[in-house]
Amino acid sequence: MAEEMRIVLRNYGKVDPLNIDSYTQVGGYQALAKAKSMSQTDLIEEVKKSGLRGRGGAGFNTGMKWSFSYGVKADQKYVICNADEGEPGTYKDRIIMENDPQSVLEGMAICGYAIGANKGYIYCRGEYPYVVEILNKAIAQASEKGLLGDFNIEVRMGAGAYVCGEESALIESIEGHRGEPRFKPPFPPVIGLWGKPTIVNNVETFANIPAIVDKGADWYKGIGAAGYPGTKVMTLTGDIVNRTVIEVPTNTTIRQVLDDFGGGITGGKKFKAVQIGGTSGGFIPESLLDTPIDFDSMSAIGATLGSGAFFVMDETRDIVDVIDRISKFFAHESCGKCTPCREGTQRMHEMLHRVKNGGAVAGDLDYMERLGSVMSKACLCGLGQAAPAPVLTTLKHFRNDYTAKFN
Amino acid sequence: MADYREIISAYKEVPGGIIEAYHAVQKEYSYIPEDAVVYAAQVFDIPEAKAYGVATFYSYLKVGPRGKNVIRICESAPCHIAGADKVVAALEKELGIKMGETTPDGKFTLEFAECVGQCQATPVITINSQPYGDVTADKIAAILTEYK
Repeated sequence: MAEEMRIVLRNYGKVDPLNIDSYTQVGGYQALAKAKSMSQTDLIEEVKKSGLRGRGGAGFNTGMKWSFSYGVKADQKYVICNADEGEPGTYKDRIIMENDPQSVLEGMAICGYAIGANKGYIYCRGEYPYVVEILNKAIAQASEKGLLGDFNIEVRMGAGAYVCGEESALIESIEGHRGEPRFKPPFPPVIGLWGKPTIVNNVETFANIPAIVDKGADWYKGIGAAGYPGTKVMTLTGDIVNRTVIEVPTNTTIRQVLDDFGGGITGGKKFKAVQIGGTSGGFIPESLLDTPIDFDSMSAIGATLGSGAFFVMDETRDIVDVIDRISKFFAHESCGKCTPCREGTQRMHEMLHRVKNGGAVAGDLDYMERLGSVMSKACLCGLGQAAPAPVLTTLKHFRNDYTAKFN
Repeated sequence: MADYREIISAYKEVPGGIIEAYHAVQKEYSYIPEDAVVYAAQVFDIPEAKAYGVATFYSYLKVGPRGKNVIRICESAPCHIAGADKVVAALEKELGIKMGETTPDGKFTLEFAECVGQCQATPVITINSQPYGDVTADKIAAILTEYK
């Protein structure tokens, strides 16, 4: 029986999110003090050595990212917390911010010290106005007590654009523009918000930081899978008995998440598929359930860990119907800046709709595979690149569901 | 009701503050009046086309009138398989309007949304951003009485 391990959610249910004293009573802000007693390079090295990789989905080494901004001389640098969580099936960042906002602020302040930034932004999704209130109260309390030092944090509200989870689109949005991704390079750690070096990390990534600084890189590196150490917060949704949030070491298998934490399938039905990483994630069949959830193991089976959303479908679910719905999501959310995504998501949705309604022929599936393959390579940002993943993985593992729709 | 000019002007000095200004206007009016977009262009010293482009890019913002209470229904995959379509049908029946429409008395607007981050309790609706989870068709009438 696999067990939970709470690092990010270490204070879940233990602290009052609206009372900073309850955070300091459990050792809060000691990590920031410790970080400040270290040199910036030693601190970045420690984070790098821990092996922490970004928890927003891209999985880049966090300390490495910080070192890029540290290495640039600039009169102003920024730290941005990506709290735009718009991936259907995902609500982990909301849980973290609602229950333990100070750990996120502390993580941001540590990053600010490391790279030499005195200004931070939390870009919180517009659908969470109540979380914005919690964050603002938490910031006010931390500032009042002088715990953040000269590091200032401001909350900005997203406004319902999924693409703004992409870091350069998010930066465009904070600058007051349409949230369209930038061409890269240059990357934000070098040229980011208002042209200044900017670190954009996910809420969960920042919440890990105080624990890593507190207990050291070696402790963290020893948890979970070697290539993607630590834990992952997962949100369980769909046809699963326990629709809940869990935090598990990254060497936990998909089957353990499903059975040990999720309690299996609802209504005693059989498993059909699980989509991991949110709506852009791959669909995983029964035969691959013993795969560990870590980033690299998931990539090896053509899937993603992504945001950690775990969306389960039982044997009665119509895969094509679900994919049709997902393709509509991407057609709606494509920002339109690059052609492969703007046109590709529309055409993909049209084709899927045709398949679903019995108007397709065998050759259409090949067209969909070809279009998906082009999009995954040619689109400007992660939205378009990942959009075909649900289609491609279901064509691979659940092709019969498609052909059953042919007249 | 506060004048949108006052609301927008308060954000003049905030770098990139136009989106925050739009949020503030929408909080007061439940939408962004067309004239407010024109005014925002002046305050932030950008072309009207750009001010309009920003306002319409984001699905949480709405230019042009809508009802006092905005009901949004998530139709993403987790809500979809949990029966969001039945909730949609119940809302349309209860309010006598279709998705995207506003009731004649201006009290309610029905809109689709893509995920509101409450996937532990699908299907989900939000009313003025307040989430209601595990919604079923027969719960709709009771939920709406709070707003009537």
